Amino acid sequence: MIKKAFRAAFPLTLPVFMGYLFLGIAFGVLLSSKGFHAGWAVFMSVAIYAGSMQFVAIDLLVQPFHLLSTVLLTLTVNARHLFYGLSMLDKFRDTGKAKPYLIFSLTDETYSLLCSADPPEGVSRKWFFFFIAALDHLYWILGSVIGCAAGNLIPFDSTGIDFAMTALFLVIFTEQWESSKDHTPAILGVLFTVLCRVLFGTDWFIPLAMVCIFVSLTAYRKKEASL
Amino acid sequence: MKPALTVLIIAVLTFLTRALPFLLFPAHKKTPGFVVYLGRVLPYAIMGMLVVYCFKDVSLLSWPFALPELLAGAFVILAHRWKHNMLLSIGGGTVLYMILVQAVFV
Repeated sequence: MIKKAFRAAFPLTLPVFMGYLFLGIAFGVLLSSKGFHAGWAVFMSVAIYAGSMQFVAIDLLVQPFHLLSTVLLTLTVNARHLFYGLSMLDKFRDTGKAKPYLIFSLTDETYSLLCSADPPEGVSRKWFFFFIAALDHLYWILGSVIGCAAGNLIPFDSTGIDFAMTALFLVIFTEQWESSKDHTPAILGVLFTVLCRVLFGTDWFIPLAMVCIFVSLTAYRKKEASL
Repeated sequence: MKPALTVLIIAVLTFLTRALPFLLFPAHKKTPGFVVYLGRVLPYAIMGMLVVYCFKDVSLLSWPFALPELLAGAFVILAHRWKHNMLLSIGGGTVLYMILVQAVFV
């Protein structure tokens, strides 16, 4: 039963294996360039397990400790998880003891895999979802350790390696674009964020963009309903 | 000591953002229609927002006029639409960007 779920889940995670290995290595290299050893990579990747947040966390680790900015930045960067959770409320029903871990490990990639993944006939949903989530987590830990260890052993110019995060978001954006007929929400997101960045500068544009997105999507629902 | 504390705070808050919807809307209750609607459309809008966030420090008005970002970004999208291979899109795009900022647009 468990074996069957693993066999069904593993092939689906292979694209994430490639992506996470590379992204994890990029994160590890960047972390090592700030003087942290591989133990820190393991600690962060096991406990936080959020790609973009861990890149941001490197900045926080090298700056003097500031509680409020740590809290605010974490909440803003991770706010999108709220919406991932909302779209998984139904899917995670009846996942029993695996549920807390499924919630903990709901990253961008695992979310996008779970969105489209349904267990084949006769395969346990709980174990199928669990293996997708756990394998992704493992790939991420592995990548970050390799990157951190390699970065400490072979120092090289890693300028620009943080583009891996940009590339990741572009890939997810592209996949979402292809999987949806209605591009209005995606366009609203881009448009309002650009607008807020131009009008309000780099410090406050993300929370403001989120307000604009929320309001415009609320208005769009009324329009959608009246069509 | 302080880095460990920072990591722990980030870890707890990250889990909280993931768990909150499940705490607010328990499985045995029917989720309000508006919340279901948000769960459906928000991921698209938020990913658009995050893409823009990544380009927040780029200047269109001074050298190199965001060229490395635009070229590498275009590569990622086109490569992904072509092959749907994360390693090619993300790995290739990042290596291209590193070459562009380290050796081409210096």
